[in-house]
Amino acid sequence: MRSRQLLLAVLVTIFAILGSAVLVHAQDQITVGFAQTGSESGWRTAFTEAMIAEAESQNINLIFSDGQQKQENQIAALRSFIAQGVDAIILAPLVETGWDEVFQEAQDAGIPVFIIDRNVTADPSLYVTRIASDFVYEGRLAAAWLATATANREQCNIVELYGTVGSSAAIDRATGFAETIALFPNLELVASQSGDFTRTGGKEVMESFLNSLDPASICAVFGHNDDMLIGAIEAMKEAGIDPADDILTVSVDAIDDIFVSMMNGDANATVLLSPNMGVQAYAAIRSYLAGETLPALIPVPSAMYFQDTAAEEYAARTGG
Amino acid sequence: MPENKTHTEVNDVAPRFNLIQSLHRNRRLLFPVVALILILIGDRIIQPNFFNIRVVDGRLVGSLIDILNRGTPTVLLAVGMTLVIATKGIDLSVGAVIAICGAVAAVLISTTTLPPLIVILISIAAGMLCGLWNGILVAYMGIQPIVATLILMVIGRGIAQLITNGQIATFSNPTLEFVGKGVLLGFPFPIFLSLIVFGLVWLLVRRTAIGLLVESVGANDRASFFAGIDAARFKVFVYVISGVCAALAGLIVTADIKGADANNAGLWLELDAVLAVVIGGTALTGGRFFLGTSVIGAFIIQAIQTGIFVSGLPPTFNLIVQAVVILAILFLQSEELRRLFVRIFTSLRKPA
Repeated sequence: MRSRQLLLAVLVTIFAILGSAVLVHAQDQITVGFAQTGSESGWRTAFTEAMIAEAESQNINLIFSDGQQKQENQIAALRSFIAQGVDAIILAPLVETGWDEVFQEAQDAGIPVFIIDRNVTADPSLYVTRIASDFVYEGRLAAAWLATATANREQCNIVELYGTVGSSAAIDRATGFAETIALFPNLELVASQSGDFTRTGGKEVMESFLNSLDPASICAVFGHNDDMLIGAIEAMKEAGIDPADDILTVSVDAIDDIFVSMMNGDANATVLLSPNMGVQAYAAIRSYLAGETLPALIPVPSAMYFQDTAAEEYAARTGG
Repeated sequence: MPENKTHTEVNDVAPRFNLIQSLHRNRRLLFPVVALILILIGDRIIQPNFFNIRVVDGRLVGSLIDILNRGTPTVLLAVGMTLVIATKGIDLSVGAVIAICGAVAAVLISTTTLPPLIVILISIAAGMLCGLWNGILVAYMGIQPIVATLILMVIGRGIAQLITNGQIATFSNPTLEFVGKGVLLGFPFPIFLSLIVFGLVWLLVRRTAIGLLVESVGANDRASFFAGIDAARFKVFVYVISGVCAALAGLIVTADIKGADANNAGLWLELDAVLAVVIGGTALTGGRFFLGTSVIGAFIIQAIQTGIFVSGLPPTFNLIVQAVVILAILFLQSEELRRLFVRIFTSLRKPA
């Protein structure tokens, strides 16, 4: 008897909490200030658009500020958010340093700060958490696919199209990739050069690889982004090599154009660098405001795309 | 008869003497050539198959071809930049002009039904317009060249982004693609394009009085003005030439990847062009200019770049290697440094 009563009590409590949570969800519109770096790349634009669209669908009042590649603009935006008394602040920092003072001001005003995308060096007690893609994981994922695809080959020589030297995306993707191929004795990185994340750079570097190495000895190419790989595809075609068949390809970003290459049979695989971090960011804000504690880093899930679903995905993205 | 013989003897000796004398007089101009040969030998030592050239589908493929082909945008910019620098000016906007002209061509070819040749002409006209803008700011508004062209350098990429809507504007058109990746007689087409442009500009400045007048404007534009030269018009002229060269470079880099990348096309290439001109022996203070060695300068920069790519060095060393090699070349050219070495050498020999 007692146990049944207890169960009933527990169930009632659960329903009460759930009910109020749903009620809160439906009624409480929260106001969030979002300070973006600027709009320097197509990926960044997609990131901004996804943040705004996700806020609308979640009934969040999003105040957006474009920093135009200037930290002082971003700091001014943060101060304006504090003055407006927003419920939470999301910052996509342009640079890592120089945020402590304004974060302190936000903390004094009782407004939580969430970091999205790039990192900051500020005292971790001054902000709640960071929502970001895991570049190391992306490198690992690319290598893991390559290991599977070449499992029955005795030796696979890989060339790498390195991103901009010194960028965290390039460093981490190279690290994740290198540590994973080290687990497979048949995989070997034979050359790596910087193509600066551009198509022209990727094409030029691939041309030089095809000249300095025996093209028949290259088994796969890993591009730190899709643009460089699209350039490399051009270089391979001009050298009489069939990309994706003679030389396997894998790259990161999952931009629209790489799906066209996959549909044409010129590229094998791409790792998604999701520009849609809004889901994780807004979920984190809601759970923080509900009093939950959050981990220091909330990763945005990566995924891989292959030739078989390329046409479908491309049509979905371009609204086809 | 004996007189006649002496005459031929003199004739025989004279040209040889002239050659040596002119080599001695223009020894500054020899340095770029020597530097290029040294770098190529260095590349060959690092990568034994550097000089290998094979034929794939009727086109020549090899590192040397890559240097010629990949060097063409910088060569074209260096040709225009040499004339601008000769008038004591500088054109920092060429990288942005590349982005604008590439964007114009890519967007027009993919969204309109204009014939490719018209699209190419419109793109070149856009380059002329950019040059005209720079020239008018410098010559008629009296704005310092570095500031005047900086304006277009900054807003130019914004304009290109507006044209392409912030995306990489891709296209598929065989005629336009040919400009960047076509093959003629086994060689990539851009090599011919840069040769033609270099030839035309050389004829224009060296076979007419224009070159001399440009040098005169650069050496002293006030004196030139009083001598009856319309200095302002010549300044506008050289910026327009620079704009056209940048437009052609823009067409090449855009056609090469079948897409206009407003953010990255020609990024920092203006600095490579200035460096090529300086390595070629033209002084930033204007006056005498050397078109041929500017081109050699551009190939030096590309030979270093291609050499690094095939060297197998980790990418993190790229910029340092580049800087060290270029510093060495500039040291080689420095008269002061050479005199210092001679002094040290003679003072070491004296006690012995």
